[in-house]
Amino acid sequence: MRNDNEIDPFANLRVAITGGTSGLGLALVRELLGRAAQVAFVARGRERVQQVAQGTDAHGIVGDVSKKDEVYPVAVQIAGRLGGLDVLINNASDLGPTPLALLADTDCEDLERALATNLLGPFRLTKALLGALGASAREGCGAVVVNISSDAAIMPYPKWGAYGASKAALHHLSAVWNAELEPLGIRFLSLDPGDMDTPLHALAVPDCDPATLKQPEVAAREVAHAIALALPSRRSDRDCPPETAKMGGLA
Amino acid sequence: MIAAHLPIQRPQQAKLLVIDARGDITHVPRIRFVDFLRNGDLVVANDAATLPASLQGAHLPSGLPVEVRLASRRSLTSDDVRHFSAVVFGDGDFRTRTEDRRPPPQLKAGDQFALGPLLATVNSVLGHPRLVELSFQGGVDEIWAGLAKHGRPIQYAHVAMPLALWDVWTPIAGPPVAFESPSAGFVLDWRTLLAMRASGVSVATVTHAAGISSTGDQELDRHLPFDEPYYISPATACAILRSRARCGRIVAIGTTVVRALEHAADPTGRVHAGYGLATQRINATSRLCVVDAILSGTHEPGTSHYELLRAFTDDETLSRASAELNAAGYRTHEFGDSVLVETGSDRSIIGPAAARR
Repeated sequence: MRNDNEIDPFANLRVAITGGTSGLGLALVRELLGRAAQVAFVARGRERVQQVAQGTDAHGIVGDVSKKDEVYPVAVQIAGRLGGLDVLINNASDLGPTPLALLADTDCEDLERALATNLLGPFRLTKALLGALGASAREGCGAVVVNISSDAAIMPYPKWGAYGASKAALHHLSAVWNAELEPLGIRFLSLDPGDMDTPLHALAVPDCDPATLKQPEVAAREVAHAIALALPSRRSDRDCPPETAKMGGLA
Repeated sequence: MIAAHLPIQRPQQAKLLVIDARGDITHVPRIRFVDFLRNGDLVVANDAATLPASLQGAHLPSGLPVEVRLASRRSLTSDDVRHFSAVVFGDGDFRTRTEDRRPPPQLKAGDQFALGPLLATVNSVLGHPRLVELSFQGGVDEIWAGLAKHGRPIQYAHVAMPLALWDVWTPIAGPPVAFESPSAGFVLDWRTLLAMRASGVSVATVTHAAGISSTGDQELDRHLPFDEPYYISPATACAILRSRARCGRIVAIGTTVVRALEHAADPTGRVHAGYGLATQRINATSRLCVVDAILSGTHEPGTSHYELLRAFTDDETLSRASAELNAAGYRTHEFGDSVLVETGSDRSIIGPAAARR
């Protein structure tokens, strides 16, 4: 347990989470709100976005990051509403064909959709928000991009081809981003949260016993822990000096 | 000069005219910009992203179509997006030259505009039939969503194709608070940022809400730039101190950076971190206390941007530069070529920074 006297590394941190209305994304929204972060989350369904935002300080954004034309409107709302950005969590994912199918039986359109959601969307959104993340890094707050990966990115599980190939590409993208931008203080993490009791997993493995799966709340705490380790240890020095706190988070 | 009509931020053939501290002029490919920087220099850029500030819609009392261009607001606070000043045009869009745009219907306080999902009320007409202060209705999140989804970048007729936000956001664009792109920053791709770092050049940013560059009305244009809010982080203020202690130069990327840094400086050249509202104009009579050099677009005499360059070097040098820009086929406007101007020899680059101020 954290010592109550310690400053939570997430206090006032500006965090954006895609796919924030279900599963791991929703658990992350709740975990980080609970730790006093400023949270914006993105999801496709207006009603669910409103439900999740209701009664919280989170900023709900309706948008589909797999669609090229929706990425910048989402980025405007994230960077505008939070006044900048410290942490981006690319969590929204698409399984490919459901029920899962052998690659030989996978429609090209299903693979395209998985790539659009799991690879191109995170790439576009990260690019659009890289300036905000770079400013945060220069100001000593650290900047972290988390790309949610999967063991299917590494292991050739039959029937997980579209999902696994898109996650493998995302995993490698994270590694190259990190190698290129670490000198400027922007860290990229590719994290595998494990098999969780989420709507996505139920869609993939309908007859799985939920009791054998990790709870998304547990995975969300693990993701938060990994982010905290990637933030600069000196963050508390600059931790929202008075003149930056006024601005609704510009710094 | 020829207008750059394609929305390409870093064309391969982009040119750079360099005016050094002695007033000597050289021409190089702009990609060589970093070669003119030295170990210890600090490059300061404007990291404002550009709002989709052009809103098409209707003036409800008359039912007539209008284009509302948001032009300024008083603060950068993300909650404070209800009140803007705006320039209103009649029917039409950027394809018509701004000077030729139809006037808006007669506007008065209390009039409403329906702008896609947004509803705005005119609070007052600001001394000119096309300049108003307006307020958006609804919650802050709804206003951001409405602007993000319905707004388009403000643009002018010299670029024929409709601009997308990715055309006008600089590679370092962060908070969307500018009304037009701080386009000098187009030069700063990430390769360049890493190259600077490798050669001992530091990079810092200010966030400055760059305003609109033209209203289509000569009388209104004389009031440009409007007051612009900015933010300078403690990290940037420290970086300036550090660079000056190392006798490095402060190189501003764009006129907005000069305006913010000089506004935030005390007469000794110390820049104060925090929020400010830049109200001053910089011209031949201004004494620069912070900035040693500027990278900017190419500007025609008579514009406020050209006036600002007169603070850096003398009129004779600027006239020679203008003649060379024209003779060498430089392109102008936001996607055009660039100039790098170092302050004149009376603020010699030789010697410790502290001694020359």
